[in-house]
Amino acid sequence: MITARGLARRFKTKAGPVDAVRGVDLDVAPGEIVGLLGPNGAGKTTTLRMLTTLLMPSSGTAQVAGFDLVSQPREVRRHIGYVAQVGAAPSAGTLLGEELVTQARLQGLSKADATARLVEVAPRLDLGGLERRALLELSGGQRRRFDIALGLMHAPRLVFLDEPTTGLDPQSRANLWSHIRSLRDDTGVTILLTTHYLDEADALADRIMVMDGGRIVADDTPDALKARIAGDVVTLTLAPETGEAPFARAAQVAREAVPAREIVAGETDLRVTVDNGGVAVAPLLRAMDAAGIALASVAVTRPSLDDVFLTLTGHSLREGPDGAPSEALAGSTPS
Amino acid sequence: MLTETFVIFQRQMRILLRNPVWVFFGLTQPILYLVLFGPLLKGVTGGGLGGNDSWRIFVPGLLLQLALFGAGFAGFGIIQELREGVIDRQRVTPARRLSLIFGRTLGNMVTIGVQAAILIVVALPFGLRASWDGVVSSVILVCLLALGISAASYAMGLILKDEDAFAPFIQGVSLPLLLLSGVLLPMSLAPAWLRHTSQVNPLSHVVDATRALFRGDFGDQDVWIGICITVALGALLAWWGSRTFQRQSA
Repeated sequence: MITARGLARRFKTKAGPVDAVRGVDLDVAPGEIVGLLGPNGAGKTTTLRMLTTLLMPSSGTAQVAGFDLVSQPREVRRHIGYVAQVGAAPSAGTLLGEELVTQARLQGLSKADATARLVEVAPRLDLGGLERRALLELSGGQRRRFDIALGLMHAPRLVFLDEPTTGLDPQSRANLWSHIRSLRDDTGVTILLTTHYLDEADALADRIMVMDGGRIVADDTPDALKARIAGDVVTLTLAPETGEAPFARAAQVAREAVPAREIVAGETDLRVTVDNGGVAVAPLLRAMDAAGIALASVAVTRPSLDDVFLTLTGHSLREGPDGAPSEALAGSTPS
Repeated sequence: MLTETFVIFQRQMRILLRNPVWVFFGLTQPILYLVLFGPLLKGVTGGGLGGNDSWRIFVPGLLLQLALFGAGFAGFGIIQELREGVIDRQRVTPARRLSLIFGRTLGNMVTIGVQAAILIVVALPFGLRASWDGVVSSVILVCLLALGISAASYAMGLILKDEDAFAPFIQGVSLPLLLLSGVLLPMSLAPAWLRHTSQVNPLSHVVDATRALFRGDFGDQDVWIGICITVALGALLAWWGSRTFQRQSA
């Protein structure tokens, strides 16, 4: 359904050229749900905008829904649905039903077909009966379902969803997930979605591509990605009253105490990746105690996608590549 | 292509007509000029002004002002649409880029046409006496100009992408164009240097033409110069606007 080779995009900025996407190869098979996972600035949206003809690639080629991205953009547009990131408040005077019909007509449907399609699509996304409702009066969840309906009006075989659940409350997110899943199960539509929520990628996607710094750094099923770092993580939270440079010292102590595969210092905790967490806890605690490092808590976790990301990219999904915390990630659930 | 243009046009008009604030002020604003400024001109003498003849000078000027400001600020809307995601949403459809912009400019053109008609009808009881053929031709001319100006305004909106930059830009461009076109008072009252400067402004020729048309003076040289300039300017702006729109949204 999608085949891209060496897709790249460079932006000119006042501070010099920025390579938002640096040579992405990706393949998506019909009927798949593929999640493009990465922090803000990883190049997910730029990749999506290129694949949907909204942005010309600086280099590279792609076939989308059977057509060449660069030479046949109109054919590509005819066969794909695109749901953008949530936008600013809609204009007054726009009604849900009319906007959906307008979108369908721009997609080339006749007025009768567009109206018939509205009757089909609206209830699918729990929007039945809201046709005369002003867009301004929709709740966040309804607005997002309306956005998705816009992308489905012409019954495309391939749908792109850019951060479909950003900004929604947990119930609305779960609700939207079930809509997206049943969409694929019932109609066999192929879905490529971007997200910075690990749980979202884990819950929805058959396959996850992890993006970082404009590249795809991993491409596998959620389970295979988790298996990639066989091993458990022992998270040691240091007590606040611990002395100077506690992390460097604690990391050193941990390294000596257990055969750690990896040790990473977080903001308040130390994550020690070991083959078997249960066995490692006792020696770790003894060593910390002996070194005079006070601990607030200890936890053993099986690997989550967050850990996979950390292993793959060297930095947590909660931070940008430069280590700056990214506020938009506040909604991701800790594992 | 035509269907797509019409679908966009319909959407624009729907949104506009559902906005009661716009419907009220958009339609009454031209009347304010007639009521609150027009009477002043009756007392002014010179330059063809004075008495009821002054309406034949003043109303064509108001028509141009309507086109310049009404269509000039069209780009405001597209900045909001850009934020809303409407532009991207429409760009991922196979609809022709030209339809996306012309559906919008058509909306502006029709709006300005209606406002112009209201203006003229309201001016009648004030004492406007004009050639009807000339009035109709003038409105068509003004609509053509509005088409070009609004296309260019949409393009500028896409380029600047920010209301805080767009508003001063449009003010900065349209105000000198307006003052230099002799819209409010005929340029024949101006000192020589100002009159010569105004000759460079294409809009002053449009005003001259519509004034001659209102007089019913179809043979006047001003009419043909004005028509040629309006058509050329409208076409040029529409071409530039749609090309920029397509580029910005290739």
